[in-house]
Amino acid sequence: MSDETKPGLPSPLRRKLLMGMAALPAMSMLGRPAFADVPATSAVNTTGLAVTDSEVTVGILHSVTGTMAISETGSVEAEKLAIEQINAAGGVLGRKIKFIQEDGASDWPTFAEKAKKLLVNDKCAAVMGCWTSASRKAVLPVFEQYNGMLYYPTFYEGLEQSKNVIYTGQEATQQIIAGLDWVNKTKGAKSFYLLGSDYIWPRTSNKIARKHIENHLQGCKVVGEEYFPLGSTQFNSVINKIKLTKPDVIYAIIVGGSNVAFYKQLKAAGIDLSKQTLLTISVTEDEIDGIGGENIAGAYACMKYFQSLDNPNNKAFVPAFKKMWGEKTVIGDVTQAAYLGPWLWKLTVEKAQSFDIDKIAAASPGVEFKGAPEGYVRIHENHHLWSKTRVGRAKADGQYELIYETADLVEPNPFPKGYQ
Amino acid sequence: MINSRFFNRSELLGFLALAVLLFLILPLSLDIFRLNLVAKYLTYAFVGIGLVLCWGYGGILSLGQGVFFGLGGYCMAMYLKLEASSVANTKIQSTPGIPDFMDWNQLTSLPFFWKPFHSFPVTLLAILVVPAFFALIIGAAMFKRRVGGVYFAIITQAIAAILTILIVGQQGYTGGINGITDLRTLHGWDIRTDHAKFILYFVEVVLLFGCIVAAQFIRLTKLGRILVAMREQEDRVRFSGYSVANFKIFAFCAAAVFAAIGGAMFTLEVGFMSPSFVGIVPSIEMVIYTAVGGRMSIFGAVWGALLVNFAKTSLSESFPQLWLFGLGALFIAVVLAFPNGLSGIWADHIQPRIDRLLASRKSKSAAGLIADGAPAE
Repeated sequence: MSDETKPGLPSPLRRKLLMGMAALPAMSMLGRPAFADVPATSAVNTTGLAVTDSEVTVGILHSVTGTMAISETGSVEAEKLAIEQINAAGGVLGRKIKFIQEDGASDWPTFAEKAKKLLVNDKCAAVMGCWTSASRKAVLPVFEQYNGMLYYPTFYEGLEQSKNVIYTGQEATQQIIAGLDWVNKTKGAKSFYLLGSDYIWPRTSNKIARKHIENHLQGCKVVGEEYFPLGSTQFNSVINKIKLTKPDVIYAIIVGGSNVAFYKQLKAAGIDLSKQTLLTISVTEDEIDGIGGENIAGAYACMKYFQSLDNPNNKAFVPAFKKMWGEKTVIGDVTQAAYLGPWLWKLTVEKAQSFDIDKIAAASPGVEFKGAPEGYVRIHENHHLWSKTRVGRAKADGQYELIYETADLVEPNPFPKGYQ
Repeated sequence: MINSRFFNRSELLGFLALAVLLFLILPLSLDIFRLNLVAKYLTYAFVGIGLVLCWGYGGILSLGQGVFFGLGGYCMAMYLKLEASSVANTKIQSTPGIPDFMDWNQLTSLPFFWKPFHSFPVTLLAILVVPAFFALIIGAAMFKRRVGGVYFAIITQAIAAILTILIVGQQGYTGGINGITDLRTLHGWDIRTDHAKFILYFVEVVLLFGCIVAAQFIRLTKLGRILVAMREQEDRVRFSGYSVANFKIFAFCAAAVFAAIGGAMFTLEVGFMSPSFVGIVPSIEMVIYTAVGGRMSIFGAVWGALLVNFAKTSLSESFPQLWLFGLGALFIAVVLAFPNGLSGIWADHIQPRIDRLLASRKSKSAAGLIADGAPAE
């Protein structure tokens, strides 16, 4: 029986019927005969996901409207590029990836609504999406309840681990500790001034930074810690305090548009970043685009990826990205992490020989991606990535110059002991 | 069953149509995901009903209803969050037994204003009393000084902005910009299951009809007529010896309570609360729903909330990149072409046709009866 026999059914009912039928193991016999190297749909999809003999549906859930659109667009582009490349290479288990894109509209409840739609209505086999912690927190209960799989690209504060999420960005300790050790060792830094936008990620990150500075670095201390509302543009008073306390390092976790005001005011106040060490974990090439390279040149950033990385993977990735999305696009840390999502999912599905969420969740630990633009990455038991941490120095042309990278992959540790 | 003097014939028709739609048609035809979305849309209908009373009838335009929606929602969310943060659930934290975001922000004990929300009855009371009290303070401060019109609208906007900043800034106490998330059970009852969502939908619809009846009651009493009189000629009402300020405060408080009920239901339906429902943009959106539905019609407000949100969902699903423009165009078109909103379209174009149709059928059947019963001429 196919849907043509029931043309009069209202669409939700018809959709339900179709879904029910897709779940029937018998369906594969009615569909077109499977190719020898393509495993039968009934074998690789036992939970009724949107998988047919030739196609598999995934969701893309980012903000393409609203205040976050400027940050999240890069992630959408990277995910689409990865999907296109995977399809060109033969797809996943012989199936082409089809994506359904939804707009989170920079609004957390909309993210939850759309996540539910992608999982319940569209039966997406995986969802690449979210950017801010707030949007992830909003969709997390949805993914856990309906047993979906989310590939989340942003570096974030940690303190979270879920069977239903693969975190392709770095959690806070990966990003912070290596950078602080480096600045302590090579710059001899002893005093730190911590700055941040006022929300969970900067606060948690600075908490980890403070614990590390006070407990693990010999003779180092924090001389100040301050927070600013999101979108704040007044930094003069804190810049005066910095001038008075003269810290060895300004440790800045300011996000979004505030960065523009912060770095311009620093420069205007006569703080020369070629002499004053400033270490940030929140400014990628995307943000520099807005700040202006000349305003931030000389600052150090600690993250896992820079567009300028010199390795064969990245040398293939950057031109492919620019070819698809334009010469002027820049690729920041999160964009690269978003690019990993579809690839890691493909590799995991092929390792598990199944699209079933439970099997992917179980198969994820140990999955390695050798083609990552940042180099080699591997999924940890806690669903975060083993990855290298790098320090780059901003140049006036808006790119980072790689200064230091950890010798080994850094273990992700979302619930760090002694740092809470 | 319903006193025909309480509703006139067209209102009765509207009431029945809405009841059939919400109690029968939607639950029978939609799957639980879509039904839950309808439930979310309907939470804005509560705000709309309040706005009809206070703006449509009282002439008091409040651009800060998100404040009361948020207060109701946060009261409910605080109770649910405390229930979800039992010592057993939060044992990995430095301080077990407090909500997770407090632990992240280095709080080591529950703030005093969270403590009452351990109790369910106190929470229910707070959902109604806190917003009403807040509205009373704002209303008394404004209306006693005869601040009205545009100035009042601006001040309500400012209050919405202030409350958002307060919530975002005090994240250790409020959850900050993330809001209060991961809510699980209501008095031990898991609100995340499909079955619970189905029941919550009906609870909400019943409450909605309760609010419709309450609003209709207010409208029909002398109080409702004074509100209209006030809107048209405030000074005449004052010179007639009525205390205009007190009536305005009442209408504003009533609208606040309706909005708060909507907010509390929102938290239950969606499973979290965040400052993005408190600020200026959501407050204005709520006024738009009411304007599209027709600000003089209680039923119009419900239809407005339903249809605008439905359009929002379906447009954004079909055109992820362009939908906001479509929605904007829709608002402009409705307001330009039909200043009285959907209820205006109904009253001006559809109602007269139905009346004519009914009238002609009645006269036909009357003619038929005569033809049957009486000898032919």
